[in-house]
Amino acid sequence: MLYRDAGQFKDTYAADQQIFPIRQDRIGITLVLLFAFLVVPVIGNQYWLSAILIPFLISALAALGLNILTGYAGQLSLGTAAFMAVGAFAAYNFVLRVPGMPILVSFVLAGIMAALVGIVFGLPSLRIKGFYLAVATLAAQFFVVWALTKFGWFSNFSSSGVISAQTVVILGYPFDTPVRKYLMVLTIVVLMALAAKNMVRSSIGRAWMAVRDMDVAAGVIGIRLMHTKLLAFAVSSFYCGVAGALYAYGYIGTVEPEAFNLDLSFRVLFMIIIGGVGSILGSFFGAAFITFLPILLNTYAEPFAQAIGLQLPAGMVSNLELIIFGALIIFFLIVEPLGLARMWQIAKEKMRLWPFPH
Amino acid sequence: MSDGRNIGEVILNLEGISLAFGGVNALQDISFDVREHEVRAIIGPNGAGKSSMLNVINGVYHPQKGVITFHGQTRRNMDTHAAAAQGIGRTFQNIALFKGMSVLDNLMTGRNLKMKCNFLQQALYWGPARREELEHRRKIEEVIDFLEIEHIRKTPVGRLPYGLQKRVELGRALAAEPSMLLLDEPMAGMNVEEKQDMCRFILDVNDEFGTTIVLIEHDMGVVMDISDRVVVLDYGRKIADGTPDEVKSNQAVIDAYLGVAH
Repeated sequence: MLYRDAGQFKDTYAADQQIFPIRQDRIGITLVLLFAFLVVPVIGNQYWLSAILIPFLISALAALGLNILTGYAGQLSLGTAAFMAVGAFAAYNFVLRVPGMPILVSFVLAGIMAALVGIVFGLPSLRIKGFYLAVATLAAQFFVVWALTKFGWFSNFSSSGVISAQTVVILGYPFDTPVRKYLMVLTIVVLMALAAKNMVRSSIGRAWMAVRDMDVAAGVIGIRLMHTKLLAFAVSSFYCGVAGALYAYGYIGTVEPEAFNLDLSFRVLFMIIIGGVGSILGSFFGAAFITFLPILLNTYAEPFAQAIGLQLPAGMVSNLELIIFGALIIFFLIVEPLGLARMWQIAKEKMRLWPFPH
Repeated sequence: MSDGRNIGEVILNLEGISLAFGGVNALQDISFDVREHEVRAIIGPNGAGKSSMLNVINGVYHPQKGVITFHGQTRRNMDTHAAAAQGIGRTFQNIALFKGMSVLDNLMTGRNLKMKCNFLQQALYWGPARREELEHRRKIEEVIDFLEIEHIRKTPVGRLPYGLQKRVELGRALAAEPSMLLLDEPMAGMNVEEKQDMCRFILDVNDEFGTTIVLIEHDMGVVMDISDRVVVLDYGRKIADGTPDEVKSNQAVIDAYLGVAH
């Protein structure tokens, strides 16, 4: 009923190539953005903003970066957290060591540093594929964390190896409260998501998918495999690097290299697997699933247990959370291996007819 | 066939091509040429080295011996990018479409080499990148019209039946506006009707755009009908070369296909 595209005709190629060709989708995304930019800052309390929404947005950005590499270009990587670490520590050092460095420029430079590191660790992708490549990117994971711990210069010789992010000031305006940090992170994430969508619907995105789907045919068409794969590593790492910088400046404030361990890489990988491999929207779904689900379980597990008259020992609740979390992940993967993004698409197709049978 | 097409000069010349994989000699000292605008068929029993021959022409395989001259440029071996840039298009024996993408995106990928915007312009999708995208979309719609696949434009290729996938693959090669098309068994596994359609498309491409066609096919009726000259391979050697009629009456060819009592 509500989601019908009958009567919406495209009479130019430009109209046909929009990101959201269906009017209801355009209205929907506008409402979501208005809500995120205008309503959330007003109604959100400090806990929601700094403990839930900001980490959600940052994870979504990292998932987006990994999705470009793994979902679109088909190169499996386990080095996501390493590239985030490079971004966080690069931004810190640029602000620390270059006088008068604007913070946004330092984010961009941090992304570029991460991209350079990504290109170096992407070089094996020219010879190896799949799981073997994933193992090769593990080298990035361990090497970067080791280097950041080993060489004091990166953390400005702080004795604990922890860096404290400087206050974010953009054009003389300090971003120090949760609301302001939230708005900064949100703006950056939305702009970068738009850029990612634009890339994947242009020739570079098609080149990535071509390399993913059938690399011999891609080569025969004239796509340079080396150039395309390394560009995917660079762009992906850029996104992860900026996510890392935001992690330090918009979220935690004090960061140690160990925060960017293999666990985080796997978390981001789970996000794209659950959200949808090869989907921009899926990165957000996956990040939301992994961020919100534990909180939901945490909040409702105990009241629910009490409601049905069950006395749970204190330690069991947290274990139960993990069990339910794992079971849900398996459930979703069996029901829809292509992730939440695909489920969303199927739901939309059903909505076109609903509530009529034909 | 002697219709209005003028078959021109030799544009592709292969001389003494030998290709071996370890101890297996896939191709041994093969020479033949292809003239502009002609339909040139390569036939032979299974394992004769036909697909290897195409792979040598567009640089997927690098032969150990021999030289390739294409459009006046002589080289030891082709490289896939140079071959594509010089206008060699290709379809594969086992469909090699990009399964996760729509028909439209598959065809657009065929034009990738002609798109000049860098990834930063594309990330902004404003001005040049957008103009380029729309301009190429217009060209792709011509290919879609030509191949009569308007109705499946937005369908992911993985969902299409085999015959249509073959057609889309031809479309992807055509999207690059090649001067020479290498078709590896374009009609394998099709029914009579689909074969007729495919023949018509190949002849139309040859006729309307003047594209030179190099074709591998097992259906002898088709080969004899549409090709101008035929080269016959067997066990990596060339055993005959000439017009369909000459080849048909060649004793070596008959032996290769029917077998001889030893």
